[in-house]
Formats: sequence, C-alpha cells, structure tokens
Amino acid sequence: MKIPRFSRKTLCIPYAVFLLFFVIVPMCVILFYAFTDRQMHFSFSNFLRFFSDPTKLSTIVYSIVIALITTVVCLLIAYPVALILARSKLKKKFVILMLFVLPMWINFVLRVNAIREFFNLLSQAEALAWLESANIFKTIVGMVYDFLPFMVLPLYTTMLKIDDSLYEASADLGGNVFTTFFRITLPLSMPGIMSGVTMVFLPSMTNYVVSDMLGNAKVTIIGKFIYEYFGSDWHMGSMVALVLLIVVFASTLLSGGFKSEENVRGTNI
Amino acid sequence: MAEHIIELKGVTKYFGENLIIDNVSFYVNKGEFITFLGPSGCGKTTTLRMIAGFDLPTSGQILLHGEDISSLPPNKRPVNTVFQRYALFPHLNVYENIAFGLKCKRVISTYRNDKGDEYTKKEKLTKKEISAKVQKALEIVDLEGFEKRSISTLSGGQQQRVAIARAIVNEPEILLLDEPLGALDLKMRKEMQIELKKMHDRLGITFIYVTHDQEEALTMSDTIVVMADGVVQQIGTPTKIYNEPSNTFVADFIGESNIFNGTVVGKQKVRFCGKTFDCVDDFELNELVDVVVRPEDIKMCPPEQGTLKGEVISVVFKGIHYEITVQVGKYEVVVQSTESRRVGETIGMCVAPDGIHLMKPKYTTNFFDGVITKHNTVAFANGEFDCDVTQLYPGSHIDEEEYLVTKEGEKIDLTDTQVRVEVGLNDITISDDEDAGGTTGHIISIIYKGDHYRVIVRTGDSDEDEDFVLATEDLWNENDYVSVIIPKEKIKLSLKPKAKEEEA
Repeated sequence: MKIPRFSRKTLCIPYAVFLLFFVIVPMCVILFYAFTDRQMHFSFSNFLRFFSDPTKLSTIVYSIVIALITTVVCLLIAYPVALILARSKLKKKFVILMLFVLPMWINFVLRVNAIREFFNLLSQAEALAWLESANIFKTIVGMVYDFLPFMVLPLYTTMLKIDDSLYEASADLGGNVFTTFFRITLPLSMPGIMSGVTMVFLPSMTNYVVSDMLGNAKVTIIGKFIYEYFGSDWHMGSMVALVLLIVVFASTLLSGGFKSEENVRGTNI
Repeated sequence: MAEHIIELKGVTKYFGENLIIDNVSFYVNKGEFITFLGPSGCGKTTTLRMIAGFDLPTSGQILLHGEDISSLPPNKRPVNTVFQRYALFPHLNVYENIAFGLKCKRVISTYRNDKGDEYTKKEKLTKKEISAKVQKALEIVDLEGFEKRSISTLSGGQQQRVAIARAIVNEPEILLLDEPLGALDLKMRKEMQIELKKMHDRLGITFIYVTHDQEEALTMSDTIVVMADGVVQQIGTPTKIYNEPSNTFVADFIGESNIFNGTVVGKQKVRFCGKTFDCVDDFELNELVDVVVRPEDIKMCPPEQGTLKGEVISVVFKGIHYEITVQVGKYEVVVQSTESRRVGETIGMCVAPDGIHLMKPKYTTNFFDGVITKHNTVAFANGEFDCDVTQLYPGSHIDEEEYLVTKEGEKIDLTDTQVRVEVGLNDITISDDEDAGGTTGHIISIIYKGDHYRVIVRTGDSDEDEDFVLATEDLWNENDYVSVIIPKEKIKLSLKPKAKEEEA
C-alpha cells in the first residue's frame, strides 16, 4: 500500500474548503438570486428595477458621498498625526499611537452607543439643540471616530519607512518645507494614503450600524438597503449586493489596490 | 594666499550630554580637496553635517566667506551633499532626481520696463535650461542615456554617480561627500576615487570628503584633517601627515607603524629597543618620548652590520612587499621589504635618522580627582580602591578607630577629603574577572608599542567617563569589558591645593 505523502500542498486543504463554502458558493448563490425572479426563472427584472428606481440610485450616490466625506475627514486628522509621530524621536511615541489604536479593542457597538449617548447629552444644552436632528453630521462623526485607527496605522507605517536622509537631501538641494512636503513626503506616503482610504472608504459605505444608531434611522446607506431586502426580497437584495461589489471593485481598481503588495495594509505596529 | 572659503571657529557639539565635537577649529581653502579622516565615532560626519546645516553647533561659528552661517538652514547654504547611502528619491527617475535641485532654484534676473527703469524678478529656470544642465551633469558622471531609468534598476556604482550628478548640477561652492564610496566593492572604489579626483580638477569646486579609509584619504586629498574623539589630531598634506605624524594616534591610524617608548640620551640621539639611534628631532635630554618608525624605513642588512639584530618570526606576502616581523630581544619590529627572509633567520636592521620620528607621549601617568571614603579607601573613576592614606600627611598613622593621626598627634577625619590621584602606566593591570578590581570599563583603544600594548580603558557612563591608560603585554580586544586592578602601594595621593589651604 502506498502511504500518501504529506506535502506542503496538504496544508492548503483547510483554506480551500473555507474558500469553497464561504466565498465561491455564496458568490454563486448571490449571482443566481440576482438574475432570477421569484419563480426562480432567469430574468433581468431585478437589474432593470434597480437602475430605473431613483431612490435606489440616489442611495448609492448618498452612500458614496457620506463615505467620501468620512474618508477625507479621517485623512485630514490622521495625516499630520502620523507624520509627526513617524518623524519624532520620542521614545514614548508608541503610547500616543496606542491612544489612537486603543478604541479598536473596545466593542464596536458599545462605542457607537457611547457616542450616541454623548450626543444626546450635548443636545440637552439649548445652544446645541440642533444636534438632535443633525443626523448626517452625527453619522459622519461616528464613522470618523470608528474608522480613524484604520487610517492612522497604514499612514504611520508607510511614513516610518521613509528614510530621514531623503528629507535632508531635499533640504540640501534647496527645497523648502513646502517643496519637501509636496515632492517627497506626499508622493512617498501615497501607498499609505491608498490603503488607509480603502480601509475607511469601503466600510463606511456599508456599515449601517453607525448610521442606524446615530442617524435616527433617517440616514440610509447601501448596507442598510441590502439588509432590509434580505428580509423580504432575496432577489433584489442580491442585485444590490452585486452592484455594491462592482462599485467596490471599481474603486479598488482606481486606487491601485490590486498592484502587488508594496503597500502593506499596515496593521503591524 | 588662498581664500578661506569655509572656516570653523571653536565649534563644539553636544548630543544630549555626549560631547561629540570638542572645540574644533580649521579652515578650508577655496578649490581644495580636503578630507576628514578618523575612526568611526570620531565626529567627522557630525562636522560635515554641521557644514551642510543638518546639525547645528552647540557653540562656535561656521564662517562661509567670512560670514557666519552657523544657524542657516540647509536649503539656504550654497553647499550640496553626496550622502553615505546616496539618499536618492526612490519615486523619481534619474532625470527627475538630478533636476530636483534645479527646480527649487530661483535666479534673479534684471529687466527694464517701458519707462526704462530697471527691476529684478526671481525666476525659475526654464525647462530647456534645466534639461541642458542635467545633460551636462550626466555627461560628467558618464551616465548619458540613463535619464528615464528608475533608481531601483541601477547598480550601486550607478546610483553613486547619480548622487554625485544630483549634487554637482547645482554648481555648489562646496561639495560635501560623506563616505560616498563606502558601499562599493574594492575595484569600483578605486575607479571612483580616480574619477572623483578628476572631477575635482575639472569642476574647480571645493570638495570636503569624509572617510575612515586612510588609503583613500592619502590618494585623493590636498589636505587631511585627522580626527579622533571629537578632537582634531593633525591637519596637513598627505605627505606631511604620513611622514611627520604629530602623535602616536596619527602614526598608528595612518599606515603601518612601529611605536616604541624611547628616551632622549643626547643631542639628536634617542635610545629605544636597547640601542641608541641618531635622529633628526630635538628634544630635551632624558625626556621620555614615543618613537615611531615606519616599517618601510627599516632596512635589512647582514646581522653584524645592523644596529638592531633579531630573529625573523613571521613573513607575510602582501602583494608588492613582504611584511617581516623580527623579534629583537623582547621587542617586535615590523619591516616591509621587497626581499623575503626565512622564518628563523637572524638578520640585522638599520634605520636612517630621518626615518625615526619622535613625539611627545600623550600619556605618561594617569591623573584623577578622587575623594577619600569612610573606610579610608579612595573613590575615583567610578570605582573605589584601597590605598595608603597616611601618605597625605608625612609621618602619620591610622589609629584603631580608623582616624588618621598626624605626626603632631592631631586626629583628622579624612572622610570626603578631595585628593589628586596619580597612577603610573605600568602600575595598572586589567582582568576579565569583573569583581577583581576597583572599577570596570571598556577598552577603547589598543596601540602596539613593540614589546607591549598601550591600552585605554574607559569607565563609567558617557557623561562622567574617566579613562585609564596602561601598559600591558597581554593582547586584549577593543570593547572588551575589564576590571581595573591597582595595587594599594601604587596609588599616589596628594591633597588638592584648595583642600590644603583649608587645612592651613
């Protein structure tokens, strides 16, 4: 009897099984549901319904806009901090970095609840009563609060890799602070910006827990949509999921996320 | 007299508590090729970085054409640097790297308006001007046709050339080179040395070069500044530095040397290795001196004709010469010669008077400031040693309560008395048993002196370090962690003048 030889390929089997049942099969199911009607006949009706319904289209645009604002705000807050931290010679800088990362270790729902209560408290004050109905504002603040670490970390790790001598070389060649920033720091930290943006932009388009809890259920983003459809109409839900998939794919392609992994999705501190 | 393009006046630099540069002063002539030479950590790179503007001196002045530029930022100084690891911009190609400085540059041009009044405007260089300058720089470094290449596709030597082109394209008044050839292999390094020298001749700008490679420094420089421990040891032409080293550090660092302890025994006569030699240096009679003899200045001859006679103990072929080690009594003498000798053969050696260099020894005795402790031991150099405190007061003795009783019968409590401690070079021994001695430290320097090694042991932290200089016949390694042993009777104590006054 031939003893089956143990090879390195054998180690792939658990992942292959996982891949099959949790990635490939579900994708096929989504595809199947998206292009069938309730009688399980092949049809384009979901597709046509989706793209002829202005509310659905506007929800997509709405989600993208909210995600964009969240991403830009995150970037504006995280970039200077990451730059200062990466370039400082502070011995204790990991403590400051830790303060940014620490919230990630606290339960997500708890954090969102906390910030909701915080806003409720604030809106008791007369001057801040407008907060009561500022649903979009609160949603965005909540998202920034939740996703900021995902922006700080990749930026910080990328900037850490920029050699100090490059800044010196730029100054040596006559570059002032602005030249050095725009021609050295910014281009060289681009991989970090890209991975930070993808890690913030995508979840903020789909993570409806924040928008539900902070937006008084008035802010509907695309993730919420899918969730609701899967309560009643799996076919339409699958179609929305598919459209989201394509949007995500396109945005990743645009940001160069499929290029070979120079841009470490830096969670390693 | 040539113009001093840059001058350092009493420049001192601390990093935190660490003294890196200690009161350094020198000048550089316009158009000169000057080299800072020294072992790693001697402060040569820091000096260069202060000239470039990356580090600011703690005190002292850096003058460019007589104007103080000590606190000017790097981008306002007319100097450019070739960095140790090149520091090329990885996201830019060869052309963009070289053009970087030109794009930052603004030239002042004068115009005439309609009324005929003159006015000036700061202008960027045009694309055409930049392109022409980059082309010229690429020609100088022999990299025509590489404009579009990405930095990561270049070899070490090519990156080096781009780094040089990027600096010289700005036509700086001074080009600073920080060990630029350190990362290249030997053959490439030799080629680049010659090319750099040619470039210096052709461009006519001042080169300030930093290296730890003495051969490189001798080959390329007009002037060499030898540095050690943040202090300038000697400044001079390569020939002068090689032939007339000002101290044993320079002699030992530059080229091969035999270094002996000698005594002046007459007018231009010195005695070392048990023989008397004629020399050309004048020192006072009976003065102790360091004697430096270059291995190539020792001539071999038949045993009966030589001043020195000894047995060959090793012969090593070095390419253009043989390195022959001869045992003369208890001394070892290294000779370089194109002729070989057999191991075990007895040979004679003689040295011409101008081959013998005498210099004042840097260390003959160790001096420390110490304090007497409660137990009548002395604390100095971050340690505590047993000693004989009665020597502070002639004729005194210690009573049973450990008080010192003077000749006159007066009781003195010596605790916390400040004293001057003197210990001879030969009275100190070192051991690798950490608990054997009164203090511990790291060996920071070893110089072979024919029959013994002169070892410097540094004790304590960087901010309160104290050095022991000692002579030993055992071979140690730099950075060895050792304890310092001094016999009780060899510690000479004397009251500090101030303490004496108080007593009086």
